[in-house]
Amino acid sequence: MKTICFYFQVHQPFRLKRYRFFNIGSDHYYYDDYANEDILQQIAARSYIPANRMLLDLINQNKGKFKVAFSISGVALEQMEIYTPEVIDGFRELSKTGDVEFLTETYAHSLASLFDTEEFQNQVKHHAGRIEMLFDQKPTVVRNTELIYSDEIAETVYDMGYTKMITEGAKHILGWKSPNYVYQATTRPKMKVLLKNSRFSDDIAYRFSNYSWNEYPLTADKFISWIASTPAEEQVVNLFMNYETLGNLQPAHSGIFEFVKALPRFASEKGIGFSTPSEALDTLTPIGAVNVPNTISWADEERDVSAWLGNKLQQSALKALYEMGERVRLCTDRRLKQDWVYLQTSDHFHYMSTKHFGSGESQFSPYMSPYDAFNNYMNVLSDFIGRVDAQYPDTVDNEELNALLTTIHNQEMEIKRLQTELKTVIGSNEELLLERSGKKKATTK
Amino acid sequence: MRALMFGWEFPPHILGGLGTASYGMTKGMAKQDDMEIIFVIPKPWGDEDQSFMKIIGANNTPVVWRDIPWEIAKPRFEKFMNPEEYYRMRDNIYADFNYMHTNDMGCIEFSGRYPNNILEETNNYSIVAGVIARTYEFDVIHAHDWLTYPAGLHAKSVTGKPMVIHVHATEFDRSRGKPNPIVYGIEKDGMDNCDHIICVSEHTRRVVIENYQQPHWKVTAVHNAVEPLSPEIEAIERISGVSDKVVTFLGRITMQKGPEFFVDAATQVIRKTDHIRFVMAGSGDMLDKMIQLVADRGIAHKFHFTGFLRGKQVYEMLKSSDVYVMPSVSEPFGISPLEAMQCNVPSIISYQSGCSEILHNVVKTDYWDVDSMADAIYSICTYPAMADHLKVEGKKEVDNIKWEDAGLKIRKIYDSLV
Repeated sequence: MKTICFYFQVHQPFRLKRYRFFNIGSDHYYYDDYANEDILQQIAARSYIPANRMLLDLINQNKGKFKVAFSISGVALEQMEIYTPEVIDGFRELSKTGDVEFLTETYAHSLASLFDTEEFQNQVKHHAGRIEMLFDQKPTVVRNTELIYSDEIAETVYDMGYTKMITEGAKHILGWKSPNYVYQATTRPKMKVLLKNSRFSDDIAYRFSNYSWNEYPLTADKFISWIASTPAEEQVVNLFMNYETLGNLQPAHSGIFEFVKALPRFASEKGIGFSTPSEALDTLTPIGAVNVPNTISWADEERDVSAWLGNKLQQSALKALYEMGERVRLCTDRRLKQDWVYLQTSDHFHYMSTKHFGSGESQFSPYMSPYDAFNNYMNVLSDFIGRVDAQYPDTVDNEELNALLTTIHNQEMEIKRLQTELKTVIGSNEELLLERSGKKKATTK
Repeated sequence: MRALMFGWEFPPHILGGLGTASYGMTKGMAKQDDMEIIFVIPKPWGDEDQSFMKIIGANNTPVVWRDIPWEIAKPRFEKFMNPEEYYRMRDNIYADFNYMHTNDMGCIEFSGRYPNNILEETNNYSIVAGVIARTYEFDVIHAHDWLTYPAGLHAKSVTGKPMVIHVHATEFDRSRGKPNPIVYGIEKDGMDNCDHIICVSEHTRRVVIENYQQPHWKVTAVHNAVEPLSPEIEAIERISGVSDKVVTFLGRITMQKGPEFFVDAATQVIRKTDHIRFVMAGSGDMLDKMIQLVADRGIAHKFHFTGFLRGKQVYEMLKSSDVYVMPSVSEPFGISPLEAMQCNVPSIISYQSGCSEILHNVVKTDYWDVDSMADAIYSICTYPAMADHLKVEGKKEVDNIKWEDAGLKIRKIYDSLV
């Protein structure tokens, strides 16, 4: 039996406010609260809330036959807690049905996997913890930021104890192979991987309301029949997309909600089921290895990381950021650590992309140009670096500092131990004194 | 296709961007095999490049018949044109201009600059145009900027050939919205009576449509381009005695160019940093005011004035700069950022300049947004990636903006009129 595996990405960055160079050193708050609140509330009203409601209805109606998965970045969760807690309540209710799975990813929706393995591991741990706390389920499937994946990343994830991942079914890595199977990582054969079916996913995410598309309008009937007509031995069709597709990228008036609502009925007519990524990965056996020496992602036509690393601006900003990683981890200041997370969000670097000059720049960018984006980010980062340096003098290198900190830590422990020892010694001495004085009294009597 | 063009300046003797644009454009158009261009200017110096077209000097065109023997005419004119042209034109004098002030050759003298009696010169220019139009065969008339519109119109009325006017700037740009009524009148008359209007940017096109009440179908934007740098200029090295970063403003110091915004941005940057210096190159009616302003702000120790730069000096200045800033309040096109980019200098330009419509690898701000301008200057001088990226990508971009392409667009317009 074929099965459809839906996964929706939910992410919102903490957009930076206009931060001029004269703010460096004096202003340590970097975020555009107004824009962040405004954008999140708009998207929640248009997409997240109605979509949550619709999915809940569908799950209740279909009783175990309709399933979906979500990956919600940590920074999005934090913003929802502040601005739209009702969306989180919606996800909680979905979680309670038992037919919704939450995946884990990098907390900051960051590119740490490409620069800083330790940071990557920390963020995934942090995120998994957060998901478990909020939705009461322990995530078992890892989705890296923007479905970024390579053999090396698979190794890192496997070494963290995960055996399930999802990524893009990029044409240049698959070649003649189909994405509609479970694969295993070349370097860690026990790591199972689900691949996005780009064609079917993009039919919904990008082409659904495109009047000039020869298949317009796309109906649930037609869509399911396409899936049904794939070769019988192909087991799973992975539809991975941005959650905003429902209601925002494809507005409600395009009929996207009605389309999704009709999917389970037509699917069951054709004998197609739904499953979550972990179910699919558990029940199906891998048919082969997928070899990814160069990093892939789900972005652009190239399906590589050039949207975030394509030009010198992006490279140097990321380099400057991740050079701080080790030092920041030595710090204990909570606000500093929070900013460190927020500044890693991949969106900041996407805004600096010059790939789409002329053909309409990044439609999500709050900046007028990539240079503007770089400029603003670097000013913020300069201030941040200044604050990190203020914690410990930058003349001391990390190793030395680490050694010093360990010494201080150890000495603290030693002092504590000695203090307790001292107390017991003093205590016993006092007892001894008391005893003696007691004896003395006794003898004098 | 033969075009009769009326211009005012031509390299190497130029005063503003008009001459540079005229040169590049005609050179680009001359690459079309069947294109012949006769270019009329008030006063040629004899060292103009005539390899790709013919230059006729208005001051070498007789309007009064004089009996000049060949022995006198030859040494007098051979520097500028084939002396036989003089006799050909002399046969086409169409009225009695003896009341005019003419020289021994029967020609009217021109300054070829922008003198106080400029209106008289434009009028004389149109008298001369009548002779030229009767002498030569051509299919289309092309007039550059308001000084030449009367000449173009005269040629059109004599021959009935279609006329294109090329708007490099309007009086609205030059005066920040308070036009001189006489100049406005000449511009409006030219636009009303020509067959097509070419503007150097969408920005100018809008001005023409809105402020000169032209129908939108009659107005087309053809963006300017740049000539590749000559090897001699490429070879110029950076000259700088200080290790500080140099931020340059280069242009006429007039209201239109927004020099005070540059000073304001400089003030912000100088107060906060100590590795950035500012240079204001050029001259103009606001120069004294700017010197006063710099002194008032107390930034004179890091702010320098060079005065007017000519020829090679311009490129020496550009090559010695780390950032080029053009905060123009209203710039029809603005060719200088393109020249800066050719010299590998990152540029900051205002959204209010026409070239911002086609340039991507520059930083754009509003001319009044001094904070943003200061920020961009700081960023280019402080973050090497920004400067490197703009240098490399900017150069790549500007090398692809070619006059041949602009020439083809103009050709299309000619074809539609003829």
